[in-house]
Amino acid sequence: METTGLTIHEMRDLLDTGKISAAELTGSFLRRIHELDTRINAFIRVTKEQAEEAARRADRRIREGNSTLLTGIPLALKDIFVTEGIETTCASNILKGFVPPYDGTVVRRLREQDAVFLGKLNMDEFAMGSSNENSAFGPVRNPWDETRVSGGSSGGSAAAVAACMAAGSLGTDTGGSIRQPASHCGVVGLKPTYGRVSRYGVIAYASSLDQVGPLARDVEDCSLLLQAVAGYDPHDSTSVSLPVPDYRGSLKNGVKGMRIGCPKEYFIDGLDADVIASIRTALDRYRHLGAEIVDITLPHTDYAVACYYVIATAEASSNLARYDGIRFGQRIDDGGGLIEMYRNTRARGFGAEVKRRIMLGTFALSSGYYDAYYLKAQKIRTLIREDFAAAFDQVDAVLTPVAPTPAFLLGEKMDDPLQMYLSDIFTIPVNLAGTCAISLPCGFSAEGLPIGMQLIGKPFAEETILRAAWAFEQEAGIRKGPPL
Amino acid sequence: MTSRYEAVIGLEVHTQLTTSTKIFCGCSTAFGAPPNSHTCPVCLGLPGALPVLNRTVVEYAIRAGLATRCTIAPRSIFARKNYFYPDLPKGYQISQFELPICTGGHMEIETTAGGRKTIGITRIHMEEDAGKLIHPGEGSRFSHVDLNRAGTPLLEIVSEPDMRSSDEAVAYLRKLHQTVVYLGICDGNLEEGSFRCDANVSVRLRGAEKLGTRAELKNINSFRFVKQAIEYEIERQIDLIESGGAVVQETRLFDSASGVTRSMRGKEEAHDYRYFPDPDLVPVIVSEEWIQSVRGTLPELPDAKIERFASDLGLSRQDAEVLAADRALADYFEACAAAHNNPKGCANWVMGEVIRVLNESGQTIASCPLPPENLAGMVKRIDDGTISGKIAKTVFLEMWKSGKKADRIIEEKGLRQVTDSGAIEKVVDEIIAANPEQAAQYRSGKEKVFGFFVGQVMKASKGKANPQAVNDILKQKLAQD
Ligand SMILES: [Zn+2]
Repeated sequence: METTGLTIHEMRDLLDTGKISAAELTGSFLRRIHELDTRINAFIRVTKEQAEEAARRADRRIREGNSTLLTGIPLALKDIFVTEGIETTCASNILKGFVPPYDGTVVRRLREQDAVFLGKLNMDEFAMGSSNENSAFGPVRNPWDETRVSGGSSGGSAAAVAACMAAGSLGTDTGGSIRQPASHCGVVGLKPTYGRVSRYGVIAYASSLDQVGPLARDVEDCSLLLQAVAGYDPHDSTSVSLPVPDYRGSLKNGVKGMRIGCPKEYFIDGLDADVIASIRTALDRYRHLGAEIVDITLPHTDYAVACYYVIATAEASSNLARYDGIRFGQRIDDGGGLIEMYRNTRARGFGAEVKRRIMLGTFALSSGYYDAYYLKAQKIRTLIREDFAAAFDQVDAVLTPVAPTPAFLLGEKMDDPLQMYLSDIFTIPVNLAGTCAISLPCGFSAEGLPIGMQLIGKPFAEETILRAAWAFEQEAGIRKGPPL
Repeated sequence: MTSRYEAVIGLEVHTQLTTSTKIFCGCSTAFGAPPNSHTCPVCLGLPGALPVLNRTVVEYAIRAGLATRCTIAPRSIFARKNYFYPDLPKGYQISQFELPICTGGHMEIETTAGGRKTIGITRIHMEEDAGKLIHPGEGSRFSHVDLNRAGTPLLEIVSEPDMRSSDEAVAYLRKLHQTVVYLGICDGNLEEGSFRCDANVSVRLRGAEKLGTRAELKNINSFRFVKQAIEYEIERQIDLIESGGAVVQETRLFDSASGVTRSMRGKEEAHDYRYFPDPDLVPVIVSEEWIQSVRGTLPELPDAKIERFASDLGLSRQDAEVLAADRALADYFEACAAAHNNPKGCANWVMGEVIRVLNESGQTIASCPLPPENLAGMVKRIDDGTISGKIAKTVFLEMWKSGKKADRIIEEKGLRQVTDSGAIEKVVDEIIAANPEQAAQYRSGKEKVFGFFVGQVMKASKGKANPQAVNDILKQKLAQD
């Protein structure tokens, strides 16, 4: 493997010392995408010309000595980020042909650094899914085993990084959509605290849960990407105006004396034996590194999935109302009048899972059911948040599995939405609590599939979990690429 | 038959706020721009766009709440009202539902019988307006959407069902209109839709406790139509009940051309709006300090002004009401009375000539070419006897046209009134001598001819003779003989 297998911080050194140009680096990635992506299907659209142009700009800036952390680094974006002048579809037929007239805040911040965008990444349609099989552009295949799913909804973001088709990527996480595919593809993925990163220009699935985050090859890269996108944005009322700490600067401070909680509710029936073994090993490593492992309880964990599928679908049913064929995207008009046009556009424009969730959410908000579903779910959400608050009185971080099993087979759960929904059982509570969590590789299954662990931090304590993750990564030394 | 029944009326008023930018984005709210030119990703409802609340809208809502004696909520919530319509870009309207910013206020109106009545205000909430559909008409399958208005801030002001007649409803509506215009939060333009009214109307047997089934009347865009629509609806409901039918809860559209209300059933009926808190917006927090600072900027409201004009300035209640009806008119009057301490005299000129000439020339008080100080200068000259009231009308029109001050016009045109009794006596003598027949009539008791003599003397003096002096001298001279 050539330069495409390097980490961002390694590339930074090569670029700044003139050992490689951004144009060369970008060229290598574009070639690798060309060679591999017919198999993986991580990209919906490769923006070759824009990438080459951005690389030239980056090279000028590097020559002038004005480079910043991500200048000239080839990245890729989940197709949920609106990008000015570049078609943005959210992997849905209904948005085909939609070319946004503006950049979202996160995209703008990366452009300001002259980062290079290689293209738009595949995902589950409107971020609804856990396997990346709900895409109008076909499923993403797992680079470790192409018969298996990449995970979702940021499947393209995880697979592209795992297969070295991008140095790093951005995804979004509503119920585990960064962490679960990161785990299945053997990369590092971070879901920041709600409000840490602006959602402006990120196509909404469930507004009170959606959060932007990075996927990268190692923890340090993850910290660099978070650094670039985090911070208050006046365009997003829910973004928080807390100062952004120097994430990379505190990575190496170690975990001596750190208290790490292990919640008994996460060791459920059906949890894969290899996953259990990997998590036990990880706990041992932390003990060895000087951390203290504490048994904790998160008593309302059982209700999280049900609670999530009420709140997320309720918000989605409203967020997706704007796809009506009137102003942008696809319009299917057979001349039958307005209502028929709405009906046809939405019936044919949305995929099955999106329609299922819109119907669920519409039902949950309906008169006569609102109290029993939406309001009840909000109450449970409060209890789950209180679970975490109580746990964080005792510990600095919580360690759990990311998913009950390693990557499952393509098609395995497509006929069983409930089984599919349960694959996010360990990640969903974090979104409901609004706090932060990182997913990083901690072992392999007997079949050689990557297994991830999740470190959950206090709200706005991304620094703590990044530090804990970095310490583990150094100690475990299990970083390796898929057999491509 | 009508007297057996009693109408119960509540009004929902949408007032468009006069903020320069929209409620959730920085686009202009100016009226009349080319279609879709005042739009951005936020008010177009583009994927990924998010709303950010315009604080001025909150301030205006607080003003409205304080003026109507509402409680201002320290924490209120925006909610989404979900429905599909092409003029609604997001497929939902951002409004307030469970926790509006203002609740529990009231306003006093005057009833036709001359009494006063308190009308409760249930709530005031903030929301965004929708866009407009433009229908090109026959031959086109398509309608066009103009989203310039989408996102314009509105306050919805909901009254209690406290009104019992169309007259009370109109009185309340006029009072509310006057209040929001006074507060400077709404331009009050009914034609452009800045002030729109829906009415909930039901009837019940007089003395009954229970409310009848109500109909909601929409699309009433003038005070006259409110009266018409409500009266039609009351009669319709009574007829229905009397003939053994029952009122159905429904939305009815008022057709101003025919003066009737028509059911909208099957169209916008039976909506489940699926309200829920908007997760894109944080709760609106209003501190006590904010409320106090807004209170400090509230203008004097009509009721207080009327009271002050009557008790401090000695105007009749009726005059005070005419002047206070319009904030700009009241300000004009006050500036005038401040420049010359004769409020009654100033008021008469403002309510008389000023309004008359404004109406004739199609102008408003805001664009009045005559500065109030100049008007005061003229009233002063009437009061000190320099000119007569009659000559003053000439001076007034000249001031209006030329922009010159009264004193200059009086001098230039030689309009100073003659008060010198010698000069007046001379004219009187001449007039009596020239009209012996009329003089004889007067002396024989036909006092009506006195007016003839006054007219002749004034004419001979070109209106400049002091009328009082003319009266006195004429009486005296005619009595001699
Ligand atoms: Zn706008």
